Amino acid sequence: TNEWRLSCVNKEFSVCSSYPPVVIVPKCVDDEALRKVALFRQGGRFPVLSYYHKKNGMAMLRSSQPLTGTNGRRCKEDEKLINATLRSGRRGFVIDTRPLSVAQQARAKGGGFEQEVHYPQWRRIHKYIERFNILQESFIKLVEACNDQSHNMDRWLSKLEASNWLTHIKELLTAACLAAQCIDRESASVLVHGSEGTDSTLQVTSLAQIILDPRCRTIRGFEALIVREWLQAGHPFQQRCAQSAYSNSKQKWEAPVFLLFLECVWQIHRQFPCSFEFNEQFLIMLFEHAYASQFGTFLGNNENERAKLKLPQKTMSLWSWVNRPEELSRFQNPLYEANILVIWPSVAPQSLQLWEGVFLRWNRPSRFLEEAEEERINIIKYNKELQAKVNTLRRQLAEMEADEEVQEEP
Amino acid sequence: VENVRLLDRLSSRRAVVGTLYLTATHVIFVENGSETRKETWVLHSQISSIEKQATTATGCPLLIRCKNFQVIQLVIPQERDCHDVYISLIRLARPVKYEELYCFSFNPKLDKEEREQGWKLVDLNEEYNRMGVPNNYWQISDVNRDYGVCDSYPAEVYVPKSATAHIIVGSSKFRSRRRFPALSYYCKGNNASICRSSQPLSGFSARCLEDEQMLQAIRKANPGSDFIYVVDTRPKLNAMANRAAGKGYENEDNYSNIKFQFIGIENIHVMRNSLQKMLEVCELKSPSMSDFLWGLENSGWLKHIKAIMDAGIFIAKAVAEEGVSVLVHCSDGWDRTAQVCSVASLLLDPYYRTMKGFMVLIEKDWVSFGHKFNHRYGNLDGDPKEISPVIDQFIECVWQLMEQFPCAFEFNERFLIHIQHHIYSCQFGNFLCNSQKERQELKIKERTYSLWAHLWKNRADYLNPLYRSDHSQTQGTLYPQIAPCNFLYKFWSGMYNRFEKGLHPRQSVTDYLMAVKEETQQLEEELEVLQERLANLQKSQSGDSKVKSKQQDRSKQMGLYTSNNSLANTPQEYSNDLKSFPSRSPSQGDEEDSALILTQDNLKSSDPDLSANSDQESGVEDLSCRSPSGGGCLPSEDSGKDSDEAVFLAG
Repeated sequence: TNEWRLSCVNKEFSVCSSYPPVVIVPKCVDDEALRKVALFRQGGRFPVLSYYHKKNGMAMLRSSQPLTGTNGRRCKEDEKLINATLRSGRRGFVIDTRPLSVAQQARAKGGGFEQEVHYPQWRRIHKYIERFNILQESFIKLVEACNDQSHNMDRWLSKLEASNWLTHIKELLTAACLAAQCIDRESASVLVHGSEGTDSTLQVTSLAQIILDPRCRTIRGFEALIVREWLQAGHPFQQRCAQSAYSNSKQKWEAPVFLLFLECVWQIHRQFPCSFEFNEQFLIMLFEHAYASQFGTFLGNNENERAKLKLPQKTMSLWSWVNRPEELSRFQNPLYEANILVIWPSVAPQSLQLWEGVFLRWNRPSRFLEEAEEERINIIKYNKELQAKVNTLRRQLAEMEADEEVQEEP
Repeated sequence: VENVRLLDRLSSRRAVVGTLYLTATHVIFVENGSETRKETWVLHSQISSIEKQATTATGCPLLIRCKNFQVIQLVIPQERDCHDVYISLIRLARPVKYEELYCFSFNPKLDKEEREQGWKLVDLNEEYNRMGVPNNYWQISDVNRDYGVCDSYPAEVYVPKSATAHIIVGSSKFRSRRRFPALSYYCKGNNASICRSSQPLSGFSARCLEDEQMLQAIRKANPGSDFIYVVDTRPKLNAMANRAAGKGYENEDNYSNIKFQFIGIENIHVMRNSLQKMLEVCELKSPSMSDFLWGLENSGWLKHIKAIMDAGIFIAKAVAEEGVSVLVHCSDGWDRTAQVCSVASLLLDPYYRTMKGFMVLIEKDWVSFGHKFNHRYGNLDGDPKEISPVIDQFIECVWQLMEQFPCAFEFNERFLIHIQHHIYSCQFGNFLCNSQKERQELKIKERTYSLWAHLWKNRADYLNPLYRSDHSQTQGTLYPQIAPCNFLYKFWSGMYNRFEKGLHPRQSVTDYLMAVKEETQQLEEELEVLQERLANLQKSQSGDSKVKSKQQDRSKQMGLYTSNNSLANTPQEYSNDLKSFPSRSPSQGDEEDSALILTQDNLKSSDPDLSANSDQESGVEDLSCRSPSGGGCLPSEDSGKDSDEAVFLAG
């Protein structure tokens, strides 16, 4: 467009090792400035475009934290870059996925946050999203609770509560809704970041897109979203998804970040069952392949590593398998009716449920649920068949009648 | 009262101003302004409690809690008005006489015959015949004809053939409130049965020969088994405590061939408090996940639901798998016993999972056997300690089963919710009074209408689109998973947060499938019409050219006729009547025809969009009402402070 351009500044992964070679940035910022900005952001992850909201031209950017340190360093190019995304006179929102206290502590280690003095047009909001070991512990507790064989009703609910898993779901959804709300309702641009910008940042930006963009709710669109916002954006799959819930040794990097994201998608799916082209099985399939897969798609921590390992040459892509018609049919939601609107999920506790399809998959009787799903498919299929038949007959009839009239006229 | 504000429960900022009316039967709130003038109607009998809160600068708040879990918060500008409303509502919500209830004034404009037909819809005699009684083992007993033996039992009761009147009367004297063992469900396949009674007056050592003979007779009525289960649905401690009062439970030593079993379902007081606690959780303004889960667990509600289900599952298994008859009782045998018997019947017999069968089940196990509707649901002003959500729990059990067996029930969630609503509404006479005897004395059937007829008339709304009578789940006994199954019991937001629409899924799969099915039916009809027309055309084309035009005329009119009346399900019929129709030019008919089809199509395809539109609106509403402070827009000032009061912080 007029405002954005593709930049190849990261061609050899030289500016930021966890970014893809090509990124989208504001048109008025040149590659030289980008290099400077990269030095000011942790891991070189300078702000790039994550999502462009066609409806009102607002943008969602993501990055890592700015390296302000204790003495409040600033970077003119960084300010210029993110200001370039604002319409004149409008404000933007920075969504920091850490609580203020953590962001302040980060300054001691050279990190930090955007200070109002230097970013007067931006309003900063802290939305805490749990990460790393706490999230991992929560995950382990939840899986333990789900596999608990005791019959005691009380213990189930308190264990579910103690795991805090649903709390994390609620908080993440809330943050994503907030980001979406800023863009769609407040017509403001948004910059999302945490510390590294490879975990909670991606959760928020990708979920916000599910809410805002109907295309992300199609199968192809969702695949593209995962490629863009997770694989290319450098979510370290290798580190996060090594052991799942059964790791005894405390793996420092292990965390179910991607799973949490998938579950949030499922929660939205549950509330809007007719607005997604894919079904629950599709999400479960992605969860499985993120942890163990015969395909190379989720290997490595970023594009750089994948390129070095020559994965695209050595392995098959998951997508090429999924997108084959016979596989695709398993993942289609029979109820899907394209819904071009923004979908606002409810984040009240009454509206959120445990994702049984994943966590209780092996413990619950699934036969009856499968039968129900089959019935749903059949109802819709039968309807479509009838529609087709009726249409053919109508056409035939029209043709025959036309013939008739031709014959009659002479 | 004018200028009253109706508050949104989730956000004090969102309120509408309107006028409050009190009528003889309803509280009505009409919104001012807007062209729609939205109205909120609440029946007096739905009002559970009214709370007058401390007066604030804006007026005097009044909180109305309803028995169908609606919560209404009003602010009335004048303290005096508020007090008047409060006093009148207290009076109106607690009628003293049955005649004051809505059903005596409710008139759906049906004539006498239709009303009688309505009451005949559910016929218990027919039901017992369907079960297979009377037969060689069971017969109707007339001992209770004039309610002489037990005034809370129905006049006609099924008992074992070998139980003489002497045995029945003797047994009744040994049972609380003379509720002697009687048949609730008979399993045609293996002769096993479910019987119900109240507790025996055994105290510490008393026994009764007739009662022992009665149980013996029940056992003999099932020749396939040499013992019966006696299930006491109370916790053992409660049953033992009852012994001190001269009541208690059966001693296995005194009764030959029984196996005695306790199943700990708590009493009505525990259940009332549990519901109270759970509703408090539902009412919380923007609770955290922990608040909610902790509160839900602390209420114990789901634990109680599970206890009832477990009892039902135990009995269903005994009957279906072991072929053993079961006698169920609690204390008086009209609360827990009703719950357990009906859950077991529902599991055992697919008929009760149909719409009609479910009505029959409630009529049989609850209405006829003297479940105290009036006391439990506070229809008339009475002892608040008698109130308890007994049938609510049963209805929830059904919902929990529907979640586990999505294709097994002919009806949907809406059916259950409407039944719950009308148990409290007193709009229909079905659930008035505490027993059959009282209902007869009040001449309920002559003076009020039946809910079942009303529901039956609208049955299309209550259908479960996934139900198929030939499905494996709909055949035979349902076996819910027992262990580990804690997580199978879920919070029912559709019921307890029924009026907070924002919390529910925005798109209903059920409604969607129902619409699709309806469309499918229309398509089937159209297909038939088209095929016929096509056949006619083909015939005419091959035939003589003079006949041709006539036939074409005819076929087109036929098509027109049937598609105008989509009710026409057998288009073939119309070919005979066709001659009497005035002939029109074929082109005209054709045009109209296709235009009609087109508009139908348009309607259908635009339907989901429409719903999506409202979805979005409700979605937005919800987002903003999540935040008590933000009210939809982000605070734009005070950015210097870091106390971010953005919308989703509240959520």
